[in-house]
Amino acid sequence: MTSTEQWTERFVEVIARASTQLAPDVVAALQRGRAEEEEGSLARKALDTILANVDLARDKWQPICQDTGTPLVWIHHPVGMSTRMLSQAFTEAVKVATSRQLLRPNAVDPLLDRNTGHGAAPGIPTVHCEEWDEDAVEVRMLLKGGGCENVGAQYSLPNPALKADRNLEGVKRCILDAIYRAQGKGCAPGIIGACFGGDRGSGYLESKRQLLRRLDDRNPLPELDAMEQEILAKANQLGIGPMGFGGKTTVLGVKIGYLGRLPASYFVSVSYMCWANRRAAARFSPDGGVQWLD
Amino acid sequence: MARLSLPCDEQTIRSLKVGDFVELSGRLITGRDAAHHWLIEQYRSEVAPYMAGSVIYHVGPVVKRHEDGSYSFVAAGPTTSIREEPYQADVIGRYGLRGVIGKGGMGPKTLAGLKEHGAVYFHAIGGAAQVLAESVKKVETVFQLAEFGVPEALWVIQVEDFPVVVTMDSHGGSLHTQVDGASKAKLDQLLGLSA
Repeated sequence: MTSTEQWTERFVEVIARASTQLAPDVVAALQRGRAEEEEGSLARKALDTILANVDLARDKWQPICQDTGTPLVWIHHPVGMSTRMLSQAFTEAVKVATSRQLLRPNAVDPLLDRNTGHGAAPGIPTVHCEEWDEDAVEVRMLLKGGGCENVGAQYSLPNPALKADRNLEGVKRCILDAIYRAQGKGCAPGIIGACFGGDRGSGYLESKRQLLRRLDDRNPLPELDAMEQEILAKANQLGIGPMGFGGKTTVLGVKIGYLGRLPASYFVSVSYMCWANRRAAARFSPDGGVQWLD
Repeated sequence: MARLSLPCDEQTIRSLKVGDFVELSGRLITGRDAAHHWLIEQYRSEVAPYMAGSVIYHVGPVVKRHEDGSYSFVAAGPTTSIREEPYQADVIGRYGLRGVIGKGGMGPKTLAGLKEHGAVYFHAIGGAAQVLAESVKKVETVFQLAEFGVPEALWVIQVEDFPVVVTMDSHGGSLHTQVDGASKAKLDQLLGLSA
């Protein structure tokens, strides 16, 4: 078996886990939300169905959601490893996972206006490789559905309508506005990944990378940690609720990062992730061992 | 919880109100972006009999093809409905649909169409692909599979106890408008934007 085939096989396993096994911290957040909603309410019903669905998908190893989304992967690899090989192997893994119904054929060629049928197309999947000094390979991936991707938003500060200036208070205002605008359309209760600074491309990418974080982690930067907690609390006062049915559980978590910006630009990029935050992460050691990460 | 058999008549649909839980059983058809475009491009008599008195489900399912040529739904939760806003009211009127299943709700044009034609918007739980696929008991036939691909094809399916919530009714009521209005007022208060 060639190295590419070996990595393809490993990546298929990571994809299978992402598509079918919802991370324990997300399940716990959904359960906490359910407990807070009133008995008999539409919100409670919606969360009951969601939790039943999570169990079914886990037991059957079938996709949690039929929109298996854009596969986004970040790979850390040892010095000297071919990033081209890793990209090829991951793309091949997407095709294999699609043929096994772990993923839906989810890539459309917009020029031909046809579904490619195998899950891959230019830009899909998105593979980011970064070299590091360790001898293991670490893979962290997301499956991000189209419904929630469509409600992402990018703001350019200042924004007079929101009374948002070029400062952290302005950033908070934009993120809360994005949550309001999303309503239930991104499959609330959602998880917010945000980035301030960067350019239009890098800002969105960093906002998505934030979604790899566990819901119960805390931002090591005190300013950002305070922002994350404040936005989470305020967002859950909006009353949008699960699916936009009304209720207390609008957002499960807020994760914020930042990048350098140009003097002329101040972007706030907000990525909305549906409740089905399909994350998976694994570490492959040189001896072939695999360790699953949270 | 009310149970509703498909196809159904106008009077039954007119009795439904925003906030009602309903379990649907019977035959319905799936269709999303490419399908809606195709349905209004010209009248498609081959699918019309499957639509009259029933509902269209906004879904792009994961489907398994079995060795004997039959199909089954592996994952089948709703997709965002608002993309069909330009077409939905016309599709309801031309094909005699009694409702739509989707997620996220729809806009004023569809709401007016529901009132005019006697139809409702059923909201399914977004992302609940396994729970909802379990309610799909049989795939009867499929249209435009080669042309549109699996997610976008029009699948005629039999469902049993398919759980939904009425979020837009045939009397002009919309839960989405209510929640949007209340959350906007709260946002304005939190940001100090109130007039």
